Amino acid sequence: MENALLPQSAQDVVDAIADALRAGEKLAITGGASKAAIGAPVAARRLEMTGLRGVVDYDPAELVLTVRPGTPLAEIQTTVAQAGQMLAFEPFDHGPMFGQPEGAATIGGVVAAGVSGSQRLSGGAVRDHLLGFRAVSGRGELFTAGARVVKNVTGFDLPKLAAGSWGRLFAMTELTLKVLPRPRESVTRLLAGLDVERAVAAMSLAMGSQADVAAAAHFPAGLSGGTSATILRVQGFGPSVAARCRMLDGLLAAFGPVGTLSPDDADAMWTALRTLAPLGQRAPLWRINVPPTGAPQIIKALPADARALLDWAGGLIWLAADIDPETVRAAALAAGGHAMLLRGDDRLRANVPAFHPQPHGVAALEARVRRAFDPAGLFETGRF
Amino acid sequence: MSLKMPLPDEEVLSKRDRIVAALRAFVPAEAVIEDEARMRPYETDALTAYRQLPLAVVLPETTAQVSQILSWCHANGVKVVPRGAGTSLSGGALPLADAVLLGLSKFNKVLDIDYENRLAVVQPGVTNLAVTREVEARGFYYAPDPSSQIACTIGGNVAENSGGVHCLKYGLTTNNVLGCEIVMMDGEILRIGGRHLDPAGLDLLGVVVGSEGLLGVVTEVTVRILPSPETARALLVGFASAESAGQCVADIIAAGIIPAGMEMMDRPAIHAAEAFVQVGYPLDVEALLIVELDGPEAECSHLLEEVEAIARRNGAVGARVSGDEAERAAFWAGRKAAFPAVGRLSPDYFCMDGTIPRRRLPQVLEQMTRLSERYGLGVANVFHAGDGNLHPLILYDANKPGELERAEAFGNDILRLCVEVGGVLTGEHGVGVEKRDLMPEMFTEVDLKQQQRLKCAFDPDLLLNPGKVFPRLHRCAELGRMHVHGGQLAFPDLPRF
Repeated sequence: MENALLPQSAQDVVDAIADALRAGEKLAITGGASKAAIGAPVAARRLEMTGLRGVVDYDPAELVLTVRPGTPLAEIQTTVAQAGQMLAFEPFDHGPMFGQPEGAATIGGVVAAGVSGSQRLSGGAVRDHLLGFRAVSGRGELFTAGARVVKNVTGFDLPKLAAGSWGRLFAMTELTLKVLPRPRESVTRLLAGLDVERAVAAMSLAMGSQADVAAAAHFPAGLSGGTSATILRVQGFGPSVAARCRMLDGLLAAFGPVGTLSPDDADAMWTALRTLAPLGQRAPLWRINVPPTGAPQIIKALPADARALLDWAGGLIWLAADIDPETVRAAALAAGGHAMLLRGDDRLRANVPAFHPQPHGVAALEARVRRAFDPAGLFETGRF
Repeated sequence: MSLKMPLPDEEVLSKRDRIVAALRAFVPAEAVIEDEARMRPYETDALTAYRQLPLAVVLPETTAQVSQILSWCHANGVKVVPRGAGTSLSGGALPLADAVLLGLSKFNKVLDIDYENRLAVVQPGVTNLAVTREVEARGFYYAPDPSSQIACTIGGNVAENSGGVHCLKYGLTTNNVLGCEIVMMDGEILRIGGRHLDPAGLDLLGVVVGSEGLLGVVTEVTVRILPSPETARALLVGFASAESAGQCVADIIAAGIIPAGMEMMDRPAIHAAEAFVQVGYPLDVEALLIVELDGPEAECSHLLEEVEAIARRNGAVGARVSGDEAERAAFWAGRKAAFPAVGRLSPDYFCMDGTIPRRRLPQVLEQMTRLSERYGLGVANVFHAGDGNLHPLILYDANKPGELERAEAFGNDILRLCVEVGGVLTGEHGVGVEKRDLMPEMFTEVDLKQQQRLKCAFDPDLLLNPGKVFPRLHRCAELGRMHVHGGQLAFPDLPRF
């Protein structure tokens, strides 16, 4: 691989892109490289954004945080936690999924990859919390989009495109995110022994209730000890959490006794949904988005040795299985969703696109949108 | 009218009969309106200062018809202005003399409700409130609640990314939409998003929402529905100054509380509202705050105590907690009637829509008072206090020569002020024609051109809703040009590792 570029300022990014344009080179935008093993292996020169680092402005009372993209995610989470706040989309570090320690992930990478955790179910995704950004386009122009206030409809909502753009549109140099108060209390309720169909039904019932469940996940038997575990997180102010837990217990009585996890056990299980440790490191890893009620049919179509965790009340399936990619994608499509290949050996990733192929018209529109920001295809490295 | 719309294309105007005949090939004859009297209701939206009869009105009722109409207009270089219920406050649906007005009122069916996945699939002409009416018996509702919700449609909400008093906690339209069917200007029909969370590729749905009818015509929308909260209670509290009311809002949020709604009114707005609906607002205060909490009863009563304590620490004058639904409704009645109430004070009013960082509120209000004196026009303020979205209502009389222009200049100064203190031109009403020429106050030429390149990816011939949002229309070919000079690296000193 050629030498990486390490800009220290937005102007450096402008210069680097101008140079690449002149030279007709491709650039692969990277942060902490925690997700470098996603997508087809590429040889493009890296534009490494870790030099653009630090908090630009943080005013907790305005619920707004402006940061540079190379700031480590962990550093930001500490900063907002100290002010009693959080990033409500519950971002996390992908390192452990690839057998690496946590700590490398940057906020820019989190935004570019649209990384939202278990709480996405109730709190929204990255796209719902990215208020504005500055970036350098593939034309080598520094531009601003969105704003630094929580409510804004001025002009096209480009932050939505930035979240999940995976370095294909522009290199972000500054991000403004909405922050929210951190819940004072959090309790995780447990239903044991449900099969996947019953688990999704229980989670659907809970999510459709006034219990205001923040996160809901299911660990099939074998991935959380001998029996399956369906877990529901209730959080907020003490009296409210207590009232809503009682509400849940009554609502879910037909699914068996509702238990409570100890704080340590709860923490371990929600952490497992980020590290995906129960799925092991060996098999190819898929991330499947479906309407929650579509999850059981996918799980039932899998071979016995496939391992899967359900998050987002069934709307997100993490699947580790060494099976034909076409089978995975056909199952996801049949259930009304799509499947992304997240982890696999070089050969698999070279042959199977990471993103679920889209219908022709949508793919063509997406290509035109990419060219609107990157007319020369500077960021089209072949990774996706 | 002080605002310039693109000059009508004489050639298109001269072909009007042919265009009407062509449209009648795609829809039943009565679905094309061409006579002046019957086109009159379409000449304006809720920004009534601007009026223009369209070339013709067409009211399709199927996606295939929309596709045929757009495809024909595209092939023949005819502009199209889409329209929902016509409640836009920024002129988003203002017709053009040489454009076909595409009304979506016949798309009025709820297609599917999926309670297990908590979503509804509706046509764009369904009203905002009708979605809630459809699902409320099962204990659900549709969260975004713009004040025009009885009339405004989901399609219009998608185009404008509409908000409402509850959007601090529950989000704008964009946070409550999962997917759509969209017809592109060339007639191509695409499905974007679906019933699942997060797209397979780029978040195209995210830019379609709030695109003010410039990117495509939405013909079906999948929205999220939420379980209705068990209870909702409101606190009504007065303050001797806007500063103390503003500090109270900041302290509530600092205490980790995100109320379902948090509305502020200034003295002129309080007096106008009380005179209109007589709900018992205190008249001896400078600012009035309505704080609504929702959720389980245990949560509401707990948080109301906390909020009341915070209000008292900030010098609150009289605090009333709603005892029942009737009283809660009464607290809101004045706020919800604020626009018509202010409308009684004056023959005409403009409703502005800037957002500011909340901490700048006292400064902005003070400056606004000075501007009010300078322009000799009254102003009343209602304010979504939680998210900093300000609605100054400028009072004027269009029959007095020069007053409309003065009111517009006053409004423009207010919006410039919002941008100056770190805010934006519009928090929820959209740019439309109203704020179009102010866009350069907030965005550079580079920023605006980048946004227009996105427009070019959807509608390269700029036929869809032209004259809105962007102050200058650049041809897409011109925007696509890139000047790259060959030769050696210009920046050899950049660190390369």
